[in-house]
Amino acid sequence: MTNTLHRFGAPETQRDDYIVFAMASKGINDVGSAEKLRSFLALAVTHGPVNVGHALKGGMYRPSENLTPLAHWSRPADGDPEAVVRSIEEPSTVAAVFDDVAKVEALLRDLKAADLGISVNIASLAAEANACCKRAGLTRHSIEYSLGFHGDLNQLPDRHVLELSTMCGHGMVSHNFARKMIDLVRENRRTPQQAAATMARFCTCGIFNLTRAIRVLEQARKGE
Amino acid sequence: MEVDPKKCVACANCVPVCPMGAIFIDPAINRATVNLDECVECFTCHRGMSKEHMNPTLVRAVRRVAKLFRFRFEPEPDVCPTDALTPQELAWPRVVRRAFSDPLVPHESTGIHGRGTEEVKTNDVTDRVKEGEAGFTIEFGRPGVGVRFRDVQKMTTALVSLPVEFEDKNPVSSLITDRATGALRADVLDEKVMSAILELKTRLEHVPAVLERVEAVAQGLRTIVSIGVSTRCDAAGDDRLAPVLAREGYVFFRGKTNLGLGRRPTPASA
Repeated sequence: MTNTLHRFGAPETQRDDYIVFAMASKGINDVGSAEKLRSFLALAVTHGPVNVGHALKGGMYRPSENLTPLAHWSRPADGDPEAVVRSIEEPSTVAAVFDDVAKVEALLRDLKAADLGISVNIASLAAEANACCKRAGLTRHSIEYSLGFHGDLNQLPDRHVLELSTMCGHGMVSHNFARKMIDLVRENRRTPQQAAATMARFCTCGIFNLTRAIRVLEQARKGE
Repeated sequence: MEVDPKKCVACANCVPVCPMGAIFIDPAINRATVNLDECVECFTCHRGMSKEHMNPTLVRAVRRVAKLFRFRFEPEPDVCPTDALTPQELAWPRVVRRAFSDPLVPHESTGIHGRGTEEVKTNDVTDRVKEGEAGFTIEFGRPGVGVRFRDVQKMTTALVSLPVEFEDKNPVSSLITDRATGALRADVLDEKVMSAILELKTRLEHVPAVLERVEAVAQGLRTIVSIGVSTRCDAAGDDRLAPVLAREGYVFFRGKTNLGLGRRPTPASA
């Protein structure tokens, strides 16, 4: 999917952004893997991720099919990670997003002990992931590097918009919507937390990092 | 995707939501309208927006009164108050737009959701990319620009002359009609999608030549090309790819790390 590889931003802007995700290989070890994916995500939830998701069912923050006008005053502020764990019924990719590498390391130790037998990857700063693996007693198997964006770069928006929109790797958070959220925060019509949760609802895989989004919105608010 | 003009109240909430910028309020009819040529059928608008089911006549009346008094109503920006976005039945070739753009639709060629590739995410199980080899993911259209297959074909035809092996289990590969030339099927060339990923493999020593060709072709495309390169690490977890990329002048710091925790089932447990 490569939905986690190309998140835009300088290295220092990605030190609170780690996506740990698990998947089985179709036709090889996917039979019976739903239970292992549930175990993976249940373990991940114990370490306080900022978002979790199932590629087929959605993330912690989801749109609603039946809002009422009263929802303008009562939208739920937080997501429900346990609901995502319960929703895993078939093989797919499941992910947990962390804003602290210490939590990632703790999860890796648990995963090593659990020995689930499904593939686990970390999308993040590559050196940080490698160091984290070593501390957890793991040796990385393969690595894919992002070489960034090429081609008609004139079509790209400004960095704050890109930092937000590329946190949904499937492109479900449009540049224009990210820009609208920045404007709402700058005009004090929404808090950064509200704007981040609004964008997260569009990310079907649940890999949108709200901690990082809030930080970017705060910076954009002040023009930094 | 279309907008039901009987339901739409022209609140414009959907306008910035569309990743392709294909939705606008048509002044001739004062309703949201989808430019179907630019729409990639990603379903972001229909699925991502929450839905109220308010009476359109009532909402339009309230909006007209509010407009008279210059009242600024601030609706939740991710809501369609009248559930006006309406998916259409898609036929070939337009249905290929949704297969490549909607992450919840599996690619028929691979049975995998998303953009349909496992890449090296399962390399600990598949052993697809070995030591001494490099896997490429060449992604067109992201972030947020989209791509027509005519541009993808420019890359496939440019790469066939290099010592590369296109990945069979890949949705773009399934559209190639002639592996000798890299030509895609003609009936999809004008179709626009959110993103398409070309996957291939080569030896590490050919990485510079592949990168040079990809960069050269990318310069002439009306889209963004995102490049990922992968390899198998050695027993100590080190890779021979990083020095190659550094010598070529690339600055790279982000990656996907496969932890090696996956395994094939043993015959007794299969």
